Amino acid sequence: MDFLTSGYDAYLESFFYTLMLFLVSGVLSLVLGTVLVACRVGPVAVLRVVGGWYVTIVRSTPLVVVFALFQFAAPMLGIRFGWVQVHIGTFDFTSFFAVAVVSLTLYTSTFVCEALRSGINSVPLGQAEAARAIGLTFGGTMSQVILPQAFRASVPPLASALIALIKNTSVAYIFGVGEAVAQMRIMTNNYASERPAIFLTYAAGYIVIVFVFSFFANRLEKHWRTA
Amino acid sequence: MSASVLFDSPGPRTRARHRIYSVLAALLLLLAAAWVIKGLDEHGQFAYAKWEAFVTPSYVQALLVDGLLKTLEMAVLAIAGAVLLGAALGLGKLSERRWIRWPAAAIVEFFRATPVLLLMIFIWYRLGINEDSSGFLAVVLALTLYNGSVLAEVLRAGINAVPKGQSEAAYAIGMRKSQVMSIVVVPQAVKIMFPAIIAQCIVALKDTALGTAVLAPGLMYVGKAIYNEQHNQVPTVLVVALLYVTVNLLLLWLATWAQKKYVGEKKLVVPMVGAAAPGRPA
Repeated sequence: MDFLTSGYDAYLESFFYTLMLFLVSGVLSLVLGTVLVACRVGPVAVLRVVGGWYVTIVRSTPLVVVFALFQFAAPMLGIRFGWVQVHIGTFDFTSFFAVAVVSLTLYTSTFVCEALRSGINSVPLGQAEAARAIGLTFGGTMSQVILPQAFRASVPPLASALIALIKNTSVAYIFGVGEAVAQMRIMTNNYASERPAIFLTYAAGYIVIVFVFSFFANRLEKHWRTA
Repeated sequence: MSASVLFDSPGPRTRARHRIYSVLAALLLLLAAAWVIKGLDEHGQFAYAKWEAFVTPSYVQALLVDGLLKTLEMAVLAIAGAVLLGAALGLGKLSERRWIRWPAAAIVEFFRATPVLLLMIFIWYRLGINEDSSGFLAVVLALTLYNGSVLAEVLRAGINAVPKGQSEAAYAIGMRKSQVMSIVVVPQAVKIMFPAIIAQCIVALKDTALGTAVLAPGLMYVGKAIYNEQHNQVPTVLVVALLYVTVNLLLLWLATWAQKKYVGEKKLVVPMVGAAAPGRPA
């Protein structure tokens, strides 16, 4: 276990990048996913159609391809993220990190959109009709009756989409972000005889993150189901 | 959209307002599209030279045969393996014997929570990174393990979705457990699971693109070779994306068709990784 005694800090630091990728692109995916679902279920026909296309096409594209396309095309549109130079302690967040966050967000937001849409579709039509029948306004119907139920029903698929995001952050390694898998590759090169142990240690890191997230998602779902 | 849960059918004035919104939204989207096209055009991405490869027979053949065909081959092998592994692990998780149930559950949770890329790289090393076929095998094996674990959960959810009365009735007429499963429960469960299995094919097909990290053949590999030679990154990636999207849309259409034909409105609920397992069927 030489790699762990000498590389313990590197191990933790690499998972910090993984977590930051997850947190930043997770929050942005929730925002963009909400915008997308508003387009898809809203009354404006153009946005409904274009939103539908966007979701269908991006969801059918491999994440690696989304990454590659954004990485190659963005500089031509003047998007270079040269301004991203955040340094916190020993951690550096640069344009590579920004490209990874945008690619992960573009991809994950489509799954967030579908999760929210399945939640909205799960609310029976009678709920809206009853709310209107007792004289609630559009705003009242939405905020008091529809959205609370829709959001509760969205929690499990939303959690699944975010768990997939945790694992998908590993793809950022291919595009030059020094997150957990990238650090794992360095270790497997330096300690070739300990590869199975290194692999299991890094897998354990992901499993811990996934299980902790999943635990809280489950708690939230149970809490709201009984409410 | 008159059946929408969100808003009433609009009247004439609201419809007029929505038309205005539509026009504004269309204008904004057109502006955005124009900005993207102009940016790419300024860098000469629409020049014939950048696209010439995709009307040259040898390149097209490389893309379709060495690229698409290899990608499909990896996906089909992985799914075939995943169905077998999923059946074994799924039935293992449903076993009445604890010493079968727990290891099966642990394997499923482990492979569902580990990134496929990590698995791929590890298997690639185990097979020897200098071997010719190790990239191909690493993709197939990693995707088999991951998708097999997901399909194990799908199988369990499918079997749980068969009404309990079915197995109770089968036991009542004197069938043994193996008969109840093979004659009564599993055939009905497979019908319910079918759309989810096709959806998993889409996941497997998309994940074959990760093979680029282990030098596996496939669309991304051929694409990389083309743009390294022709320096036409954006057109090549667009063509690769188009091929993936086309195949996936066909699968998506098949899944929707199967859902309508075999399942109806009912949705299969597959618990997320790390969720407390719901009760086993009797």
